[in-house]
Amino acid sequence: MDRIPILKLGEALLVTIQVDMHDRLASALEEDLTARIVATGARGVLIDISALEIVDSFIGRMLANIASVSRLLDADTVVVGMRPAVAITLVELGLSLKGVKTALNAERGMAMIRQAAVSSLIGTGDEPAAHETAESGDLRGIDGDF
Amino acid sequence: MSVTVVPITTGDDVVRVRQEVRTQAVAAGFSLVDQTKIITAASELARNTLDYGGGGTATVELLRQSARRGVRITFEDQGPGIPSIDQALADGFTTGKGMGLGLGGAKRLSNEFAISSEVGRGTRVTITRWK
Ligand SMILES: Nc1ncnc2c1ncn2[C@@H]1O[C@H](COP(=O)(O)OP(=O)(O)O)[C@@H](O)[C@H]1O
Ligand SMILES: [Mg+2]
Repeated sequence: MDRIPILKLGEALLVTIQVDMHDRLASALEEDLTARIVATGARGVLIDISALEIVDSFIGRMLANIASVSRLLDADTVVVGMRPAVAITLVELGLSLKGVKTALNAERGMAMIRQAAVSSLIGTGDEPAAHETAESGDLRGIDGDF
Repeated sequence: MSVTVVPITTGDDVVRVRQEVRTQAVAAGFSLVDQTKIITAASELARNTLDYGGGGTATVELLRQSARRGVRITFEDQGPGIPSIDQALADGFTTGKGMGLGLGGAKRLSNEFAISSEVGRGTRVTITRWK
């Protein structure tokens, strides 16, 4: 069975959807992604849909599912590259994609993931100081990847 | 006048329906947004034909009425039928694992929408979009 490749890009995972998705391919992607989030400790998932000429409720449900499962695993999902005609159509279809973050392009999506990772670090105010030093070291590592 | 009948028995056929609708929408001179709307509506209905109707056909027509051009797609199956069309059209209603947006969404994305269904006999949905 075909599978959609998942690339690691710094602290994030990148998935580019290029083919017409079928049910099995969609559920394989959900499973592969969650396994990779756990295995790599990724803080974000970037899903590039710029190649998709349409998004119907089937793909919409897949994107929403990936976003909710990733959130439970402490990773942010950002859908990037939605075509304008697709956005217009989605609104009329009635699919709001609530809970799915979107960005115009991969660069901005990656910035959102980095920002979310940073604010979650800042949010851990009760951590010992030594730990925070280690974390700012990690942050430099993230930036170095871009 | 062009008429193509696409059988719908697998997920690949849903993709084929979308391709045929795109071809005819381009031939009708649809804008990119209008192409996207009618292809998306067709994708929803083709999936319903497959998932709930147990398979069927999509008949894709390029319409030319004097100066007017349009695309009409008729989805037919001999499946279980729909007991309450009002309920099925309501956003959020699903008897499967969908989002319940297919029928209502396809209606919104089309200029004309017609549905007839008989329990135990099957379902026919026709959508038309004009340029
Ligand atoms: N061709 C069909 N044959 C039988 N039932 C159908 C058919 N199309 C739609 N339905 C019924 O209408 C409901 C709503 O369809 P839809 O709006 O596309 O939402 P979803 O596909 O997410 O369930 C379906 O769950 C199903 O019960
Ligand atoms: Mg449906």
